[in-house]
Amino acid sequence: MSKSYRDGLPISPENFVDQLMRLKRGSIGRRDFLGLTGLGIATAVMAREIGIMPTPAFAAESLGDRMSIATWPNYHDPATFENFKKDTGVAVEVNVFGSNEEMLAKLQAGASGWSLFVPTNYTISTYKKLGIIEPLEMAKLPNFDGSQEDPRFTGEGTIDGTIYAVPKNWGTTGFAVNTKKLTKPMTSWKEFWDTAMAEGDSRTMVHDYQLTTIGNALKYYGYSFNSLKQDELAKAEELLLKVKPHLFAVSSDYQPGMRAGDAWMTMCWTNDGAQLHRDIPEIAYVLGKEGGEIWTDFYAIPKDAPNKPAGCALLNYLMNPQVAVKEHLANGAPSTDARVNKLLPKEVLDNPILYPAADLLTPLEFGAAATLTDPGRAELMARFKSA
Amino acid sequence: MLLGPATAWLVVFLVLPFIAIAVFSVGERAPEGGYQAAFTLAQYANLPARATAFWNTMVLAPVGALACLLVAYPVAYYLALRAPQRWRLILLALVVIPFWTSLLMRTYAWMYILGGRGIPALLAFVGIEDVRLINTPGAVLLGIVYGYLPLMILPIYVSLERLDRRLLEASADLGATPLSTFLGVTLKLSLPGVMTGFSLVMILLLGEYLIPTLLGGGKVFFIGNALVDLFLQSRNWPFGSAIAITLVLVSVVVLIAANRISTRVSGARRVDLI
Repeated sequence: MSKSYRDGLPISPENFVDQLMRLKRGSIGRRDFLGLTGLGIATAVMAREIGIMPTPAFAAESLGDRMSIATWPNYHDPATFENFKKDTGVAVEVNVFGSNEEMLAKLQAGASGWSLFVPTNYTISTYKKLGIIEPLEMAKLPNFDGSQEDPRFTGEGTIDGTIYAVPKNWGTTGFAVNTKKLTKPMTSWKEFWDTAMAEGDSRTMVHDYQLTTIGNALKYYGYSFNSLKQDELAKAEELLLKVKPHLFAVSSDYQPGMRAGDAWMTMCWTNDGAQLHRDIPEIAYVLGKEGGEIWTDFYAIPKDAPNKPAGCALLNYLMNPQVAVKEHLANGAPSTDARVNKLLPKEVLDNPILYPAADLLTPLEFGAAATLTDPGRAELMARFKSA
Repeated sequence: MLLGPATAWLVVFLVLPFIAIAVFSVGERAPEGGYQAAFTLAQYANLPARATAFWNTMVLAPVGALACLLVAYPVAYYLALRAPQRWRLILLALVVIPFWTSLLMRTYAWMYILGGRGIPALLAFVGIEDVRLINTPGAVLLGIVYGYLPLMILPIYVSLERLDRRLLEASADLGATPLSTFLGVTLKLSLPGVMTGFSLVMILLLGEYLIPTLLGGGKVFFIGNALVDLFLQSRNWPFGSAIAITLVLVSVVVLIAANRISTRVSGARRVDLI
């Protein structure tokens, strides 16, 4: 019996598990497809519900010799962590994540093992509400200077006057257009959606992310990016369902399509816009004049951080403008810190993709916590994707 | 004695996760997402909200498995009955080797081959302009056939390899044409392998989400995609768990049906499915 069962087996159980782990590790460097491989969540959930994994012990006040950080793909200068290790003896393990939701799920499950992580503005209040993060010990962060930060970007890190997170960098969500293929100049989300159904037919991409895809569909009608109103969402859904058959893809991994020339237009985040334009000058980055999203990524320390002193020390190190400027040159996102902006080369500061004109920034909205966790928007997105 | 480790393996990796998912599926989504304890069948009542995804999957799985079978059978036939003995092992290894690389990587490779700088660029070179291959149903089908081919070839190969050659000679001696020998003897005796391969590929396709996302542009929504979104995006674990339980039940039904069918068509022969 067991012999014949083994015979027909094309792959051994051991080999299969091995393959699965390979898949899990197979990061491709884009948020979306890291999300695809997010098998880690299952383990994390199991650990919380069943208690298989031990809770991390708190280290003594010494920095120890290792810590881990959870962050986004291509978001740091690797030399930063090398230098930190040289200075302090602490080796930094970098965990790269696909989405804020995935990060949240892992932290909520407990035992994440991170001593520092990089949440986006709209998740911080949720982390605080769930008791997952603690106020930062500002005395241990002398390199952070609140007076040099633009208050527009620091706001969501501070809850009821207490600082829970300090900003890493900010950015916007606009769209990228291949101006050789789509020659008509565009300045609005209305033109984005209309073009997707006309000249940009079967060449347009939208994010696989309800926050931005629904938010920018709401902007077609001039509604708030964060709207939770039934009637407004119904209008957005109508537009999305109308556009769906004309789309090239629903995916947040839009760089390959744009670079290969298969896609001519896509919803796009600042860093990707800057990278695409740098390599392919005819790809322009447009902010919709109706508004849309502005965002800030923050640094925060989880309550159950196994090496809080090292997390604090690394955060302080990263807040040093001399270090931070290298980080910005490596990942390409604009800085919130006036001291860093002074050190950045002129061509970076003059790049309108990274530092758009003030009047374009005025109508932009920060994504709200309720927008992200709203079940109604999640179901709308599912109907759009399955249409 | 050998059952001990196998049972432990099954309990830890199959039964416990299944119980956890079953418990989640009667719970409620916490206000910030995730799971909170409850006892309700509301998640199951909500299943029609993913009816399109279920339907798409129910079409993809058999069609994909059938396409795989049509490509795999001739290959397995050649390997088992026609390939020179000394080449057989090498050819077999060539079938299996791509399987050692993650499916994610191999599918990404196809993204570039089918993308604008791949085959369409070559076609443009010979004067055929503006061909779009990526993000089409054809690309998804190609990806599925490519990805699951080894799983279909191997069981068919095994059943053909064990085929008693004397039966083929007897059939020819008794005046059967090669075609009727193939249909009456070879095909019929290899059916257990065909059904094993078919159900294996079909069950994996029931949970497939990667290939449609990467090669289909995420425009077609399968139940696997619905699950990923519910767990990783909207973090509605109870609803996701209810869908997962339903998917497992459907897979079991498919397995039993496949087993019944293959037992019937191949006479009394027992078929081992994984």
